Amino acid sequence: MVGGAFHGGIHPPDRKAATSGVPIERAPLPERLTVPMSQHLGAPCVPLVAKGDRVLRGQLIGDVDAMISAPVHAPAAGEVVAIVTALTPAGTRSVCVVIAPDADQDRDAFVSTVPQHAGVGPAARAAGLVGLGGAAFPASVKLVPSKHTPIDTVILNGCECEPYLTCDHRVMLESPERVVAGARLIAETVGAKRTVIAVEDNKPDAIEALRAAATDGIEVLGVRTRYPQGAEKQLIFAVTGRSVPGGKLPATVGCLVHNVQTAAALADAIETGLPLIERVVTVSGAVARPGNYQVAIGTPVSDLVALAGGLLPEAARVIAGGPMTAQPLGDLGVPVVKGVSGIVALTAAEAAPIVDVDQPCIRCGRCVEACPMLLHPYAIANYADRRMWDGCERFFALDCIECGCCSYVCPTHRPLLQLLRVGKGALMAKGARR
Amino acid sequence: MSDSTPVPVKVAPADMPPVAGARQVVAGPHISGAPSGRRIMLLVVGALTPTALWSIVCLGMPAVIVYLACIVSTVGTEFAWNAALRRPQTVTDGSALLTGILLAMCMPPMTPWWICMVAGSVAIALAKMMFGGLGYNLFNPALVGRAVALLSWLGVMGELKPYAGGWLVAVPDLAAVGKYDAISGATRLFVAAADRAAGGAYHFDLAAQYSALLFKNLAGSVGEVSAALVIAGGLFLIVVKVVDWRIPLGYIGTVAALSWAVGSDPIFNVLAGGVVLGAFFMATDYVTSPITKNGRLVFGIGCGLFNAVTRLYGPMPETTTFAILFMNGLAPIIDRMFMPKPFGWVKPAKEAKADA
Repeated sequence: MVGGAFHGGIHPPDRKAATSGVPIERAPLPERLTVPMSQHLGAPCVPLVAKGDRVLRGQLIGDVDAMISAPVHAPAAGEVVAIVTALTPAGTRSVCVVIAPDADQDRDAFVSTVPQHAGVGPAARAAGLVGLGGAAFPASVKLVPSKHTPIDTVILNGCECEPYLTCDHRVMLESPERVVAGARLIAETVGAKRTVIAVEDNKPDAIEALRAAATDGIEVLGVRTRYPQGAEKQLIFAVTGRSVPGGKLPATVGCLVHNVQTAAALADAIETGLPLIERVVTVSGAVARPGNYQVAIGTPVSDLVALAGGLLPEAARVIAGGPMTAQPLGDLGVPVVKGVSGIVALTAAEAAPIVDVDQPCIRCGRCVEACPMLLHPYAIANYADRRMWDGCERFFALDCIECGCCSYVCPTHRPLLQLLRVGKGALMAKGARR
Repeated sequence: MSDSTPVPVKVAPADMPPVAGARQVVAGPHISGAPSGRRIMLLVVGALTPTALWSIVCLGMPAVIVYLACIVSTVGTEFAWNAALRRPQTVTDGSALLTGILLAMCMPPMTPWWICMVAGSVAIALAKMMFGGLGYNLFNPALVGRAVALLSWLGVMGELKPYAGGWLVAVPDLAAVGKYDAISGATRLFVAAADRAAGGAYHFDLAAQYSALLFKNLAGSVGEVSAALVIAGGLFLIVVKVVDWRIPLGYIGTVAALSWAVGSDPIFNVLAGGVVLGAFFMATDYVTSPITKNGRLVFGIGCGLFNAVTRLYGPMPETTTFAILFMNGLAPIIDRMFMPKPFGWVKPAKEAKADA
């Protein structure tokens, strides 16, 4: 049963056809793996290895004693050749362990430090699990049962509402049993009564595969195809009809949301002890051979692009993730990290135009209509542009989920999302309530 | 662990891509699905084109002169303003062109060219550029231009018959063109007002009036020549999602309802004068109307209320211009009435505290 259709949103061309039918292919190991110590939201890890150390596949190489963090493991057996500070796809710098993988190695053998019987939360932590939908929030933090905010509904997010991306789609199609197993593990851990795997209805084959694999009351629900259907609050509303109050977590309304690929990785971690050292990445757009690749964390984006046949001459912009929320890559030498769901090369024709002179707001109201959070993006942006933070707060800037719908629909291409981020950042720095 | 101290590595600059191709590094989102501002302006111009062509066919040379004078003065003024102040040139965004066409459409066909030029210059210089240009003006530029011309040259326009709101002038060759028994001397609205004042029924045949107003109205402003074409253009803009249906619906609905309530013919009141042109093309101007959906409905109803009440009871038979300008001034306040309530908004807990 569908609870509700969220307000606003957009319907960008999905451009998934190039890769949705391409089976996941395992990418070869690169010459060097650059594994950042900060691939997640929260405290960065501290390297536990030094230059010259030999590491085994799955060995813990970075950890930190902090509540919100996720440890890092060696994606392949090899030698640590350097510990450096390098750029990550997020555009920030992080300490990275550089590993030269052994030329001849068993790519399926691994050592595990994941405790098999300590419960799902500790196992997720030990496996370094983070949200694989893109936010890279440490999964273990959300898997701690709480008496104050009981969870009655677990939702697995298989919407994949961003254009181009098909990695979640392929995982649901090729290993539905892992997704379902992960769903069951999460539901058991938090004691949920209802478990729903929500998939946008533009992926009927994935829905069918999951329904065939789903047993004991796990629901597979087709939800409306509309961006940002995969945004947490919008998805909870679609599945349960509940609205998460501003500034509050989904647990407030008894819900817990995890990405489908995260659930599959969790099933692997619990069943085999495999930590998160590989993930599926969609490489699409203006590349010669678009596809879905299972990639070792730390593989340079340039290697992955080369594997996909290289950039076509018309590629003007390369981004790490879906085109609505991704960071642009200036340097393709950056490594694939846990949160990278796709590498997309956009042509100049389809990329949003670069406006070098500030264009005025013509008050057309398209951003107000598109905002899935029912905000007035034009107003917040105008206040942020003038550094009037009180105005940003009065217009609920902190409720913005940064989906980018406002910028997408703006006829004068005002940098609305960017201005909203500026406003949010200033308010957070000010320590505004909520 | 002596080697674990991080050492910075050289990062390849963005202009030396390791693979191939020049790359852009800009903030997302990286795709856009918006029609450009210019495209929107051109769609509106396109929606007005049939009306404009038909008005030229029906009214002949005088209409051509009005169009030319208005467009040349609006576009020219914007160009000159930017050039004089050494600002980036904005005439290519199409909005000055649109203002010129709209201004021409609300001028009587026999308006002298120089009044049109003054109106166009005032519209752009006073109502738009002085406020900061496109996006910053409080009042609809075309209507400001028309209002200033109307109030400044009542005498000159008086020769064209009272208030110049859209009076048919005895254009010599029109009699040959027109097949209808055109009311000369005063608009139908003026006659209707006189009829109402006399407490009697309309002294003309309503069905013939509908037909004339819809298809060939020679007794009005340039753009009032065919209500049917204006409505078709307005519906086109609604279908292509350029204008919000709430403003025209609120406006026209209110005019019809109020007219009906006081015993005046609702259809006649909607079709006559500038109501449809105003409701679809003037009141829907993005910049000078509210930005929220509810605000737009309130705005439309307000325009209709002002227009109908002043038309039915005021001294002037036609008040579309002033109705919309009045509501333009209220638009920011209307927007403030509809502050956002975000998804997941909960009532602040202040009241609970007061109870405790």
